[in-house]
Amino acid sequence: MALMNLVSTVNHTLDHEMARDERVVVFGEDVGVEGGVFRATVGLQKKYGPDRCFDTPLAEGAIVGMAVGMAINGLRPVAEIQFSGFMYPAYNQIVSHVARMRNRTRGRLTLPLVIRMPHGGGIKALEHHSESLESILGHIPGLKIVVPSTPYDAKGLLLSAIRDDDPVFFLEPSKIYRAFRQEVPEEDYTIPIGKAKIVREGEAVTVVTWGAYVHDVMKAAEQLAAEGIDAEVIDLRTIAPFDRAAIVESVKKTGRFVVVHEAMKTFGPGAELIALVNEKAFLYLEAPPTRLTGFDITIPLPRGEHHYFLDADRIAAGIRDVVNF
Amino acid sequence: MLTKRFDPLKGEMLQIMDAEGRIVAPELKPDLSDERVLELYKVMLLTRAADTKALQLQRQGRMLTYAPNTGQEAAQVGSAAVLRETDWLVPAFRELGAWLVKGVSLEHIYLYWYGNEWGSHFPENVRMLPISIPIASQLNHALGLAMASKLKGEDDVTIGYVGDGGTSIGDFSEALNFAGVFSAPVVFFIQNNQYAISVKRAVQTKASTLAQKAVAAGIPGIQVDGNDLFAVYAAVEEAVNRARAGEGPTLIEAYTYRLGAHTTSDDPTKYREDDEVLVWQARDPIKRTKEYLIAQGLWSAEQDEAQVAEYEAYALEVFRKVEETGEPQLEDFFKYTYRDMPEHLKEQYQEYVQYLEGKVK
Ligand SMILES: Cc1ncc(C[n+]2csc(CCOP(=O)(O)OP(=O)(O)O)c2C)c(N)n1
Ligand SMILES: [Mg+2]
Repeated sequence: MALMNLVSTVNHTLDHEMARDERVVVFGEDVGVEGGVFRATVGLQKKYGPDRCFDTPLAEGAIVGMAVGMAINGLRPVAEIQFSGFMYPAYNQIVSHVARMRNRTRGRLTLPLVIRMPHGGGIKALEHHSESLESILGHIPGLKIVVPSTPYDAKGLLLSAIRDDDPVFFLEPSKIYRAFRQEVPEEDYTIPIGKAKIVREGEAVTVVTWGAYVHDVMKAAEQLAAEGIDAEVIDLRTIAPFDRAAIVESVKKTGRFVVVHEAMKTFGPGAELIALVNEKAFLYLEAPPTRLTGFDITIPLPRGEHHYFLDADRIAAGIRDVVNF
Repeated sequence: MLTKRFDPLKGEMLQIMDAEGRIVAPELKPDLSDERVLELYKVMLLTRAADTKALQLQRQGRMLTYAPNTGQEAAQVGSAAVLRETDWLVPAFRELGAWLVKGVSLEHIYLYWYGNEWGSHFPENVRMLPISIPIASQLNHALGLAMASKLKGEDDVTIGYVGDGGTSIGDFSEALNFAGVFSAPVVFFIQNNQYAISVKRAVQTKASTLAQKAVAAGIPGIQVDGNDLFAVYAAVEEAVNRARAGEGPTLIEAYTYRLGAHTTSDDPTKYREDDEVLVWQARDPIKRTKEYLIAQGLWSAEQDEAQVAEYEAYALEVFRKVEETGEPQLEDFFKYTYRDMPEHLKEQYQEYVQYLEGKVK
C-alpha cells in the first residue's frame, strides 16, 4: 500500500499495466518527455522507452484515429487528450469510428482502446479547460465512460478500462487530481465498469453524483445529517453504461431522487437519470426527481466560474427542497 | 520578390538585422522612418514590461494563468505593424505585441487573463477577433474574414496567427488549402517559438521548415528571422501588398524562441536545457533592436532604462484598475448566451439570485 493522490494513481496504474502487458502503449501531447501537463505519465517514457510512451504532434483527430488503427492491429492504446475541451477535433473519429467499429463489422474488428482526459472544472483554468462531456459522449452507442472519484477507484477502474475489449473514455476530474491522498494497494485489482457505489447509506433521499462532486455532495450530506436528513449518496462511477439497478433500487427505498452534476442542465446526464427513475420507480416517488447542475451557459472564465460550479451549501439547499417537498 | 529569393525548401531564411543589431541586408530593409522604428521598439518594450508585471502579479496570486510573450516581441510587433486600421487581425493567444499595435488596450488584455469575459470586448474600430485557445481553429476564421473582404470588393487584408504546434492540426492545412483555392487575401503567420508546451519543433513535423508547408497548398511561403524586426516587417509587408492587390495568400514562418514558460502553470526546466535558452537570449529581439537604435544615435541606454521603468509602472497601474473593476457581473453570464434571454435561462438566473439573497439574509 502506498498513499497516492488521483494523478499519481493514474501514473502508477499505467506503469503497472505497461509492465504486465506489452501491448499497452501510451501517447498524446506532452505525454512522453515531460510526462504530461498534469504529470500523469511521468517516468513512463524513461522506463518503457519511446516506442511505448511518446509525444505526438499537436492533433487530437490523429491521436484518436491512430489509436483506432493500433487497437485493430493488436495493441492496447491509451491515448491522452490534454483537456476535455480539446477533444472536439477528434469528435469525428470518436462518433464515426471509435463508437461503431464493432457494430459495423459485426464484431470482426473491436477497439480495446482507452482515451484519458482531465474532466470538469473548478480549478480556475483558462477558457475551454473546464468542460464536462458526459452527454456529448454518453449519447453515442458503443462508448464506455468512466469517471473515478478516488485514487482507489481510479486504479481499479483504469485497469478494467485498459483490459476492456470496447473503447473506454476515462475522465479524470482535474479538481481532485491532487486534492487528497488515499491508500492504494500495489497489487492488481479491478473494479467493474458499470457498477455504481453507495458511498453513504440513507433513507431520506437518493443523491446520485460522480467525479469531483462526490466530495461536495458528501459534505452536503453531512450538513443535512446534522439537521436529521439522512441522504443516500451514490457515486455512479460509470456514465455509460450506467448502473440502472443501483439507482432504481435506492429510489424505491427513499422515494426521492436528486442528481448532481457539473455539466449543463439541458440535455445533460441528469435528464437521462431522471427519465430512468420515472420509468422504473414512478410509483415510489414522493417528490419530483430533481437536477442540481450547471446553468445552461458557457462556463464562465475563472473569475466567475464559482457561480457555475456548485458548492456543498447549494447542493444541501437543493436536496433540502426535495426532502421538504 | 522575397518569397522567390528565400526558398524554404533550400533552408534559406530572410534576415536583415543580425543578432548584434547590424544591418546585414541593407537593400532589403523596409522603408520605415526612424520615428516609426522607435515607435515599434517602444511597443516591444511595453510588451515585455506587461509580461514582467503579469508574471510578478501571478506569483503574488493576483493574476491567474498567463501566457508570456518574452522573446517573441519582434515577430509580434513587426507583423502587426504592417496592417492598416481596416485590416483584420486573428490571434491565437501569444501575440500581445501584435494586439497592442492593432490598438487593443493593455487593460483589455489584462482583464482577459484576469478571467473576465469583457477582456474580449474590443472597441468597434479594433478589427481583431478574441483570443483563440483551441489551437489553429482560428485560421479558418481568418480565411473567412478575408473571403468576405474579397467578395464585398473591399481590399482589406487579414492576418492569422498560429504557433509551430498549431501547424500539425487539420485546421491549419485546411485553411491554407482553401486560401490557395480561393486566392483569399490572407496572411498566415506562424510564430515558430520551437516549442508546443514541452514538445520540440522537430517532433511536430519531419519537414525541415514550417514555411515549406505552403508548397503543397500552392501558395508562397517564406521563413524569416523572427527576432529581426525588419525581416518580419519586410516579409509581412510584401505578403500584405500581394493580398491587397488580389494576388492571394502567403505563409510566413517567423523563426523565434519562447524565452519564458509556456504559461505560468509550466516549468520548462523539465524539458529543455539552460544552454539552449542562453543561446537564444543572445538573439533577444529587444536587445538587438535596442543596439540598432543606439548605434543609429536614436536611443540611449539611459532612455531605455527610464522607458522600461515607466512601462512597468504603467502596467501595474493598469492592473490595479483591472483588479478594482474586473469582478464579473453575474447577469452577464446569462445575458450574452443569445440575443434575447430565453425563459428557461431567465428562470435559472432568477432562482440563483434568490438563492444568493437568501444566503445573505
Ligand atoms: C486543439 C488543442 N489541443 C491542445 C491544446 C492545449 N495546448 C495549449 S497551447 C499548446 C501548445 C501550442 O503550441 P504552439 O502552437 O507552438 O503555440 P505556443 O504555445 O508555442 O505559442 C497546447 C498543446 C489546445 N489549446 N488546443
Ligand atoms: Mg510554439
